[in-house]
Order: sequence, then structure tokens, then C-alpha cells
Amino acid sequence: MFPRPIQHRSQTAQWVYAIALPLALILWLFPLLGVAITSVRPASDLAAGNYFGIPSYLAWENYGDVFRNTPMLQYIKNSFIVTIPTVIGSVALSLMTGFALAVYKFRANLLIFFMFVAGNFVPFQILMVPVRDMTLSLGMYNTYWGLALFHIAFQTGFCTLFMRNFIKALPFELIEAARVEGVAEWRIFWFIVLPLMRPAIAALSVLIFTFIWNDFFWATVLTTSPEAQPITAGLSSLNGQWVAAWHLVSAGSILAALPPVAMFFLMQKHFIAGLTLGAVK
Amino acid sequence: MSTYWKANQRRLAPWLFLAPGLLMFAIYVIIPIFQSMWISFYDWDGLGEKVWIGTANYAEMTSDPNMVTSFKNNIIWLVLYLLAVPAGLFIAIFLNQTVSGIRIYKSLFFFPFVISQVVVGLIFSWFYAPNFGLLYLVIEKLTGTGIAVLADPDLATYGIIAAGLWPQIAYVMILYLTGLNNVAPDQVEAARLDGAKGWRMLWYVILPQLRPATFIAVVVTVIGALRSFDLVSIMTEGGPFGSSNVLSYYMYEKALSEYGYRMGYGAAIAVVLFGIMMIFISGFIWKMWRDETER
Repeated sequence: MFPRPIQHRSQTAQWVYAIALPLALILWLFPLLGVAITSVRPASDLAAGNYFGIPSYLAWENYGDVFRNTPMLQYIKNSFIVTIPTVIGSVALSLMTGFALAVYKFRANLLIFFMFVAGNFVPFQILMVPVRDMTLSLGMYNTYWGLALFHIAFQTGFCTLFMRNFIKALPFELIEAARVEGVAEWRIFWFIVLPLMRPAIAALSVLIFTFIWNDFFWATVLTTSPEAQPITAGLSSLNGQWVAAWHLVSAGSILAALPPVAMFFLMQKHFIAGLTLGAVK
Repeated sequence: MSTYWKANQRRLAPWLFLAPGLLMFAIYVIIPIFQSMWISFYDWDGLGEKVWIGTANYAEMTSDPNMVTSFKNNIIWLVLYLLAVPAGLFIAIFLNQTVSGIRIYKSLFFFPFVISQVVVGLIFSWFYAPNFGLLYLVIEKLTGTGIAVLADPDLATYGIIAAGLWPQIAYVMILYLTGLNNVAPDQVEAARLDGAKGWRMLWYVILPQLRPATFIAVVVTVIGALRSFDLVSIMTEGGPFGSSNVLSYYMYEKALSEYGYRMGYGAAIAVVLFGIMMIFISGFIWKMWRDETER
């Protein structure tokens, strides 16, 4: 194990470590803690210059104000309506593409695989003008579907990389054996491979949920009004209106951060397994 | 039909499985890349007629001072963003212990990566805010005059990069924590018996084993640096006076926002950014291709 376990070091070293750990964490999360506290700081404190002291009381009404005076509820709803179909769509598509690329040998196999991988890395800007134009002409500009369809297509790149490598690591004998028995290819996919894919599906679902929930670029390019804007774009436009109302900005930020944070804590194992795929050989 | 299907099932099946995903990916990703290249030769406001102007957009770029600033900032982003790799490794080593509660520490250190860059941008704007931002107050205490980082043309880009490093370091950290978890214990013990420790142990024994993690860390960091859009948009909108612009934001600004709708010029900027990123992407793909065909 590297570094040497702290338990094998001197008593002093262990004490230093025990103190350094929480201290480092507080420093690391300091900006976030500041925002969390500001989100429950009454406006009167800010007006009186009490920016960093203890809030004079816990102003939960900041959250109430955000919901009452802004379309925040609508933004959150929009985010869910865009994110959930994207997760389902890209996972479903990539289960099939990943299966095709992992199980079958054909000439274009690696070429197609690397096209998915490379496409996943391109800058969004090279897609922006044509995708916006196409979305407009399909009548899907500023709608959930316009945004979700693009996300499904784009995320298929990353998901295919993930699924293909996962299926490749499954014991191939399973598929061989089924073929000898004369099982049809789609039944191999459905009854043999799919049930083994549960961990991969879980890992990808939490990752894609987080990626899409946090997407800002496409939200600003493909939506314009609160009817369809997800929370990231909504927060950005509210930020323009709330000059110097930092207690409201903070409350809005915390609300936007909550769903992915909850997802991360509930599904931590899957989340990290997905993110670190390929980090070990 | 059924006999043909039976005979050729194995040959046709992969294409049927690929069809929906490949179709979507082609329509929304592959074809638009070429369409953008095509549009970059036109003068187009997004609605009216496209006017062919050849390479005029590219010629204009060479004398566009904003282009120079954006390009320079992209390089600064790329270089400084790579600090996330050693920083993430450092934190991973710091946290790779088995004391009680360490799991919670690890997840809390990872926190910044989970939240949206929009929120990260707002958090740091507040941190830097003149007159009451924490950083401003601390500097004021120490030197007598506070610095409004995001309002200073010389500092704005660095302020944004610092905000970007926060989640990026967290991401790299988690990659290295997973890598450290899988370092072969017998090799470490053997090296320890040979008297290796500290830096020498890290350099000669640990880092070679962490190579896959380092590769991914570099890939995601380079791509992240060149994709930087959210933070620039939230924190400065490229300002003050265009000083914190980067290609990804400048393109958006030209094509869609206050400068009016110049789709052709925007597309041309995107093509340049794409060209820069393709240099890195081809490098990554080349390495992955080699690993794949060697197996």
C-alpha cells in the first residue's frame, strides 16, 4: 500500500494526520460552505454588512422566496423532463451498439468504435450551428425533445465506449455456448448479456444523469424561455436579474446542486465505478 | 426470408444492433461537423440566404484582436489546467489511508465535481466579489487594498481557471484513488525491503503502475480545458474588454449573442477550435488504437 499506512508511523504523525484531515476538508469545501451559509442568511444581515459572521437567524424564507418569485419549480421540472429520457435513451442505444462492437468481428468494427470515442471528445461548438438550425427546422427549438434528442445522440458516444468495454470483459464462452445451442442472436443479447449488464446500466445512469443535469451549453443554445429551460440556464438568467441578492443566488445554487449530489451519495459505488472505468488495467 | 436470415444472421446482427445508435450519432454529431466546416465558408445570419465568401472568415480571424486574446487564453487554460493532475495525485496520496471515516472524507473531497459548473462559477464569483467577497477581504486585510479579480483584465482568466481547477482536481483525485487502490502490494513491499521510500518509491514504483489513471487524467483535463465555456459565461462573459475570452466562448458570442448572428464566422472559429482539439484527440485515439490491436 502506498503511502505507508499511518498506523505504522509515530504517534505524533497519527495525531498530525487526524488534525490535518478535517482541516484540509474545511479548506477544500470552504467556498461551498460559504454559499450554503449565505443561502440561509437573512437579507437584512447582508444589508448590515454581516457577510461572514453567524447569521442572525436561519432564513429558510430565502428558499421560499426563490420558489415564489421565480420559475424555479418549473426549471427543476424541466431539468428532470430532459434528463430522464436522455438517460433511458442513451443507455438503451448504447447497450445495442456496445453489444454489436464487443461481440461481433467485422471489418469496420474498430473504425466505428473509435468514431464513437472521438465524437465524444469534439468541442460542442463545432456542432452548435448545424444542430441549432436542425432543431429549429424540426420545430423542436425551445422544447424538451429538442434538447433531449441531442443529448441522447451525443451521450451515445461515451456510453458506447463504456458498454463495449464492459461486455468485452464478460466471459465470451457464455455466448459461444449459446450459439452452439442454436440460440438466436437477439435472444443472446436479451437473455444472456442484458441480465449481466445491471452494474454497467446503474453506473452509466447515474453518470449521464449528472452530466445532463449539469449541462449548460446546450441548454443556452437550444432553449430560451422558462417553459423549457433547465435549471442551469435558468439559474444563469436569474443571476442576471438578482444583482447583489447573494442570499437568493446562493439558495438557487444549492437547489440546482441538490439532485446530482443526492444521486452521488445514493449511488456512490456505481458513480465512481463508472467514472474510473479504465483507470486500472 | 427465414433461410436467408438463418444463414446470414451473424453477419447482419451487428448492423441491426448498431443501426439506431449509429444513425442518431451520425445525424447529431458526425454530419454537423462537416456542415460546420461548410458553413464556415459563408456569410450567414442564420435566417437569410447564405453568401459564399470563400476563406474570408478565416482571413478575418488573422487580424481579429479578440481571436488572438482567445487563443492566448486557451493556451493559458491548457497549461494551468494540467496542474490538476499533480494536485489530484497529491490529494489522492494524502487520502489513501484506512483511518475511520476516510470514506466520507473521500466522497466529500470529490464533491466539487458533482455540482454543475454553473454553480461552481456562481460560488467563485461570490468568493471573488469586490467589497464583500472573501478573497477580496483577505487580500484587503493583508495588503490594504482589495483586488477585484474578475474585474481586472490581467487577472480574470486566472480567476476563472482557479475555479475550474477545483472540480477538475476532484476528478483527477478519484481516478488516482482508484489507481492507488490497485497498486500491486507485493511490488511495494519488495521495493520497501530494498530501501525505497518517499519520492523514489513514488517515481519508480508507484507512478509506472498508475499509468492508465494518468492517461485518463490527462485526456479529461486537456479536453476539459479546451471545452471551458460554462465558467467563462457565468463569471465574466469573456470580459472585462474581452480579456478572459476563450475560443469556445468567443465562437458562441459571435454566432449567437450581442455581436449579432454571424454563423459563418462563428463556424470558422469552431473549425479552428476543432482543429486544435483534433491534434489531441488523434493522439489519444492513436494510443487507444495501439492498446486495442496489441491485445
